[in-house]
Amino acid sequence: MSFVRPQFRHPHLPKNELGYTTREYEGSLSTLCAGCGHDSIGAAIVQACFEMNIEPHQVAKLSGIGCSSKTPAYFLGNSHGFNTVHGRMPSVATGANMANRDLIYLGVSGDGDTASIGMGQFVHAVRRNLNMTYIVMNNGCYGLTKGQDSATADMGSKSKAGSVNPFEAIDLCGLALELGASFVAQSFSGDKQQLIPLIKAAMHHHGFAFLNVISPCVTFNNNVGSTKSYDYVRQHVQATATMDFVPPATEITTSYAEGADANVTMHDGSLLHLHKLAQGWDPSDRMSAIEALQRSRMEGKVLTGLVYYDDKGKDLHDVLNTSARPLNSIPMTELCPGSAKLREINAGLQ
Amino acid sequence: MLPTNTKDPEYYHKVVDCQYACPAHTPVPEYIRLIAAGKYTEAYIVNWESNVFPGVLGRTCDRPCEPACRRVRVEEQPVAICRLKRVAADHKGDLASYIPQGPFPPNGKKIALIGGGPASLTVARDLAPLGYEIHLFDEQPAGGGMMRTQIPSFRLPISVLEEEVGHILNMGIHTQFLTYVSSLRSVLEQDYDAVFVGTGAPRGRDLQIPGRNEAAKNVHIGIDWLQSVAFEHTKQIGKRVIVLGGGNTAMDCCRTARRLGGEEVKVLVRSPFAEMKASPWEKEDAMHEDIPILDNHVPVSFIVEDGVLKGMTFDKVHAVYDENGKRSLVSTGEPHVRVDADDVLIAIGQENSFPWIERDLGMEFDKWDMPVVDPTTYQSTIPTVFFGGDAAFGPKNIITAVAQAHQAAISIDLFCSRKELRERPHPAVNLVSQKMGIHEWSYDSYVTVDKRFVVPQADKKLTLCDRKMEVELGFDEATAWKEAERCLNCDIQTVFTEKLCIECDACVDICPTSCITFTTNGDEADLRTRLKAPATNLSQSLLVSAPLATTRVMVKDEDVCLHCGLCAERCPTAAWDMQLFSYYTAKAGA
Ligand SMILES: Cc1cc2nc3c(=O)[nH]c(=O)nc-3n(C[C@H](O)[C@H](O)[C@H](O)COP(=O)(O)OP(=O)(O)OC[C@H]3O[C@@H](n4cnc5c(N)ncnc54)[C@H](O)[C@@H]3O)c2cc1C
Ligand SMILES: Cc1ncc(C[n+]2csc(CCOP(=O)(O)OP(=O)(O)O)c2C)c(N)n1
Ligand code: SF4
Ligand code: SF4
Ligand code: SF4
Ligand SMILES: [Mg+2]
Repeated sequence: MSFVRPQFRHPHLPKNELGYTTREYEGSLSTLCAGCGHDSIGAAIVQACFEMNIEPHQVAKLSGIGCSSKTPAYFLGNSHGFNTVHGRMPSVATGANMANRDLIYLGVSGDGDTASIGMGQFVHAVRRNLNMTYIVMNNGCYGLTKGQDSATADMGSKSKAGSVNPFEAIDLCGLALELGASFVAQSFSGDKQQLIPLIKAAMHHHGFAFLNVISPCVTFNNNVGSTKSYDYVRQHVQATATMDFVPPATEITTSYAEGADANVTMHDGSLLHLHKLAQGWDPSDRMSAIEALQRSRMEGKVLTGLVYYDDKGKDLHDVLNTSARPLNSIPMTELCPGSAKLREINAGLQ
Repeated sequence: MLPTNTKDPEYYHKVVDCQYACPAHTPVPEYIRLIAAGKYTEAYIVNWESNVFPGVLGRTCDRPCEPACRRVRVEEQPVAICRLKRVAADHKGDLASYIPQGPFPPNGKKIALIGGGPASLTVARDLAPLGYEIHLFDEQPAGGGMMRTQIPSFRLPISVLEEEVGHILNMGIHTQFLTYVSSLRSVLEQDYDAVFVGTGAPRGRDLQIPGRNEAAKNVHIGIDWLQSVAFEHTKQIGKRVIVLGGGNTAMDCCRTARRLGGEEVKVLVRSPFAEMKASPWEKEDAMHEDIPILDNHVPVSFIVEDGVLKGMTFDKVHAVYDENGKRSLVSTGEPHVRVDADDVLIAIGQENSFPWIERDLGMEFDKWDMPVVDPTTYQSTIPTVFFGGDAAFGPKNIITAVAQAHQAAISIDLFCSRKELRERPHPAVNLVSQKMGIHEWSYDSYVTVDKRFVVPQADKKLTLCDRKMEVELGFDEATAWKEAERCLNCDIQTVFTEKLCIECDACVDICPTSCITFTTNGDEADLRTRLKAPATNLSQSLLVSAPLATTRVMVKDEDVCLHCGLCAERCPTAAWDMQLFSYYTAKAGA
């Protein structure tokens, strides 16, 4: 059993604008089960951050508990990290974000961590439009505790032991749309071509970017009859659109057949270059996004790709009019001006 | 691309870079693992089977395996393959139970071997156990050829040579030393079923420039001089010595001269330093012994005063290359350079010569007066006469002589069994999973970052006083183990079974050197540009699967695979497996 990855890398690995290769974005060797979808998502995060020329120390990774929540140990080893208690990642992310708006916040959670124990926290992060990327690695089960059905398991999906799930599934994307999320997307761990540009767009988004990624649990939920297995998902995916993420001031090189293309400009000048596949769907129209999700669900399909995008909303800092400077860069005397100042404030309130 | 045909033994063979590059295809990683396990005798025998002279080659091999070593492509230095071979030889135990011991039941066939160098000795070793009666002729007093007469004892102690020559001669070979064969006709007139010519390339090239004849007493042909030193006819040389030439013979001449009284020994070579024929390590060793190498010096004349050699003059040149990269040496126009000397050694090349082969025997010779020899069967145009070693295609090295002699022995055996010479026997290959447990392999898959370890040398003060004292000391066991651990086990192949693959990407994500890509198929040139890391090393193969469930294919660039086994460890369905590929070239009688 290998506990470390060999240190040698391909001698001709491409370098990004910072002169880094993907190596600078790697973490330690994964201890997840061989073939776990979560590892692919981790690799997609590495690739996305590399391509975006992100300084690793500018990222804060946050997670809860679960196999999915363990993954931040396996990517971005040079970034900040906080492994919170089960389901409590959103509140730690909120606190950190309020204290320092300069970092890029990347939350990683599981379907159990988000849709069961953490539901009460998740919904508030969405409705507050906290400026972060929130990725759910969704395998329809509690992988870490040996595969119990989670709240996102589809009704009728069969477990490895043969029992059939009798409950309705929570559709996390639908819920996020309902709660006013400003960026909603869905993807599959086995499709990096789609996943990487979505992660890049999500990390560029100003506001709450929600990414629900179907990520098969090879050990407990990859059996025949499960709707979260590699085979089932591959056979049932249906994309809203193919998407390229085009950073600001870059030429668009891909071109598609006329008519189905759409460009969405992001707040920082980046473009989402979409080639639409779904009928009557408009990513800037919340109604049509909800409808596309519902329709594909009724057809027994798994809708992937960008679902909804809106960059006009205010994030939590805008709403609360908080300090533009990170608290850690404000001198103590200013941050805590002393009892005299407090008395003055209190007096003003009398 | 079409799916790779891994059933073709050459596919995986090529992945084992060192073994593939070795003319005798020695299973290098196999013996390196045995050394790491402390099984020196077994490691020695793996070598002995393939290259016959592990102790000699572990000190003197030209080592074409090392520049080919995969390690060069992921860091700077290859595994010290050659010096590990010496470790096996130095630390081995009793060989008796491993080496075939005569007498062997005779098969009624008689073979003559002309010359007693590595080529003839290899033929003897391969054929004797099959029952051939073997007669070996050499004009020298003992066997070994140039390994004895040319390679100096400070590089190859005579005891090491004697031991390995002895293993072969003890198989019941009939030797006739001090016997110069002056007529092939007379040999053919005897009742030999086949004749093998392993007479080497025994003539040293001379340099006819003004003053050569007048200076004759103090001008020596390098290989003749080395031989004379080896047989102790020559025991000293002047204080100031010029050695002409840039090959390994020149390096042996200058280092020998230093041990025979030469105090100011200089090597003068026509070509630029970087283009000298000598191996880099031989140049280093010479310079370490305070021998300057003056490059870009073309000899003009010998300076003789009062009938005594005083030195030489040289024209300084620089290299000019035309658009085809062809080099010419152009004079700088500076005044000629004078270098004083008491003796000059000419080491500018070696030639074949076959004065003892009558030209009316019906043997075809080419325009360079070399016998026409088939490069596959080593048969000459006289069907009973075979060639090998330096005699076949000009001077090369020991391992090439051995490899050619193996092929000649196969041909002789086929010939004597009245079989078709062109139907060459196939290599023995095998592919065996190394899985021991869920994530456990039978080999040490850990990849160390250790840099190549340096072989220690004896103190120069001592070695320069004693021509026979070996300079290199060899690795001790602890260092040998560390060096052995640098080997990447390139013979443990990554074997892919497409029907098991669920395309989860785990192998792609884990591979430290970005070897694996799942993508839509295309032709090779196109695929090479679309991989996770561009596959620009065209000498290395792509392993391509049949189409998978998503219609994509798996493409693995073999170039910088570390054989670390992580792809197989991270594969949930064992679609990847690490399998030991063994490849043994066919031997006579197999
Ligand atoms: C100075 C020097 C250093 C070298 N160092 C190395 C080295 O470090 N590593 C390496 O790999 N190679 C080295 N070589 C090359 C290597 O020695 C030869 O390539 C190799 O020995 C060739 O083997 P062979 O069996 O073909 O012939 P040889 O070794 O040349 O043997 C031929 C034998 O045939 C005998 N012979 C020739 N004609 C007759 C005849 N008519 N009758 C009877 N006997 C005859 C000769 O006496 C000789 O013993 C070196 C060569 C030289 C000159
Ligand atoms: C407060 C608390 N309750 C319960 C647990 C047990 N527990 C650990 S992980 C987990 C579910 C994880 O499921 P998910 O978030 O989907 O992660 P996965 O392992 O599937 O990636 C549970 C219930 C816990 N660690 N802490
Ligand atoms: S239990 Fe499932 S989710 Fe957890 S590491 Fe294994 S495969 Fe992945
Ligand atoms: S790493 Fe080992 S097996 Fe691979 S080429 Fe080098 S010596 Fe041979
Ligand atoms: S053995 Fe597998 S994981 Fe290791 S370098 Fe080779 S292809 Fe990559
Ligand atoms: Mg889960």
